[in-house]
Amino acid sequence: MQVVYPRNALNDRKVRRMFTNPTVLFIQVMNSVSLAMNLFIIAAGLTLIFGVLRIVNFAHGAFYMVGAYVALSILRVTGDTDLGFLLGVLGSGVVMGAIAFVVERGLLSRLYDKEHMLQLLFTFALVLVIKDIVKMIWGTGQYSIGAPPFLRGAVNLGITYYPKYMLFLCALGPIIAIAIWFFMERTRWGRILRAAREDRVMLNALGTDVKMVYSGVFVTGAALAAMGGALAAPRSAVDPGMDALVIIDAFIIVIIGGLGSLLGSFVGALILGFLTVMGSIYLGEWVIVASYVMMVVILLVRPWGLFGKADEERH
Amino acid sequence: MTSRPQLIFLGCLFLALLIVPFLGSRYLTELAVQVMILSLLALSLNILAGHVGLISFGHAAFFAIGGYATAFFLSRWQLPLGAAMPLAIILATAFALVIGILCVRLKAIYFAMLTLAFSMLVWGVIIKWKPVTGGDDGFVGIALPQFLATPQNFYWFTLAIVSISTALMWLLSKSTMGQTFVAIRENETRASFLGVNVRQMQLIAFVLAAIFAAIAGSLMAMYLRGMYPQSAFWTQSGHIVISVLLGGVHSFVGPILGASLLYLLEVTIHQYTQYWPLVMGLILLLVVLVLPEGLIGLFRKLYARLGRK
Repeated sequence: MQVVYPRNALNDRKVRRMFTNPTVLFIQVMNSVSLAMNLFIIAAGLTLIFGVLRIVNFAHGAFYMVGAYVALSILRVTGDTDLGFLLGVLGSGVVMGAIAFVVERGLLSRLYDKEHMLQLLFTFALVLVIKDIVKMIWGTGQYSIGAPPFLRGAVNLGITYYPKYMLFLCALGPIIAIAIWFFMERTRWGRILRAAREDRVMLNALGTDVKMVYSGVFVTGAALAAMGGALAAPRSAVDPGMDALVIIDAFIIVIIGGLGSLLGSFVGALILGFLTVMGSIYLGEWVIVASYVMMVVILLVRPWGLFGKADEERH
Repeated sequence: MTSRPQLIFLGCLFLALLIVPFLGSRYLTELAVQVMILSLLALSLNILAGHVGLISFGHAAFFAIGGYATAFFLSRWQLPLGAAMPLAIILATAFALVIGILCVRLKAIYFAMLTLAFSMLVWGVIIKWKPVTGGDDGFVGIALPQFLATPQNFYWFTLAIVSISTALMWLLSKSTMGQTFVAIRENETRASFLGVNVRQMQLIAFVLAAIFAAIAGSLMAMYLRGMYPQSAFWTQSGHIVISVLLGGVHSFVGPILGASLLYLLEVTIHQYTQYWPLVMGLILLLVVLVLPEGLIGLFRKLYARLGRK
């Protein structure tokens, strides 16, 4: 079959090399997976919040950004150590979780009975506020966070060397996915969450404090976004513009997978990860357009996503 | 507000705008031009959001298409304004038809998400299609026709276009079609039982909204002598929604109030601090939590209270 290559000669070589050279192919696959797993951690929180609260959270990207900055500040105090990195990631989750708790209890909870659009605009307002507060605290400069010492360098995988940190991300994604799945499907708390998703009035009538369930979900989702941001920091720069596109990526993932579906987000993240990395070989920078096309197509063909349920919310 | 006070308000506004260029302040004239364009943009979204009850989170796409197309036709093809602007609007209409047919099949959140996806698609193309759009740097340096070169003339041109557009939208809102739109907003099922083709009406509203957004984009491109990719980004669509909501969706003049107040606040606050988005965010929080009916709702409440005394 004749493959149409891009005009660019450099790309041309890259494409051929990719098919003939298993090492390059392997690296590309690994890059796709590590990107996908990083995105999954963020998207998981988004889909969790939508699944239970039925709120499309535009501020999720902003939470992600806050996470990266908090980790940055913690690392400044602790110094560049393994423990510091761990504290940075966990601390970003704790700090963002605390902020999310205040926001949810104080403000968002007043909107649960209102129109969806007001909830959506509320989260949009959070984006604007959080972004400027981040600028006030940390300025507009660009920072970077290094990988923790024990994850620096590369490891020999037999085929080729691959950066340890990226491998770490590849492993972390499935671990988080399984942890959330276990929590949701196999614990009492998870059962309550699923009940809240199905019928919150009934759950309330049965004596569960639905308010606290909602707070818990929002806080967990926000903490996941923040930890995702802290974990992403060694892969990319930390700057005040980092939220705007990541939220669209997270939207693409949850829409492919189905709003509210955890498995869907996992698969969606893999699809977007592979599309972004592999697609950029064929399409160059146009790959960004390809991901939006995919989002449009999925919304048109299956608005409830690959793994979502076609419920009454869709219409 | 019923239609009479709104009509009086629009009339007074028009008279006030007739005086502005004679006040001799170039700053004021330019400010008024921007306020008019942004009001037109907010009004255009209100056809969809206020009348039909569909909130688009990708409305900026049509603003950008109108702007970029005008820029392209004027500068690259060297078309006269009388051809460039209508062509740009036709192009935006074509886009709106295709996107609209696909979007009106979905409702509420999914409609918002799909319009958002389309606008990001438009944004992505603008960013990457450098030979046509100028990419990241924007389309800079539009050659304006001679008669629009002075700020005064541009003001009159903008006033004419915005006034005609507003008048058309007013007539639309009072027409049978406008009433049908409201019927769909209030109760879609009932409207369809009455024989209204809901999808078709929503599509018409979508396209009309896009047309007026494209006109606003076209004016903005000429005013700025350029067009920038940020104009299609999702945050820009968010700003349009905020303008409409701040003014009040269920009235005709609400979006004008919202867009004007928002822009005047932005200009004022920018003189003191760079943190305008923070202020806008706080305003939006206030509106969402306390004043979901917008400024118009506030006026109505005050009016009712005064009437009782």
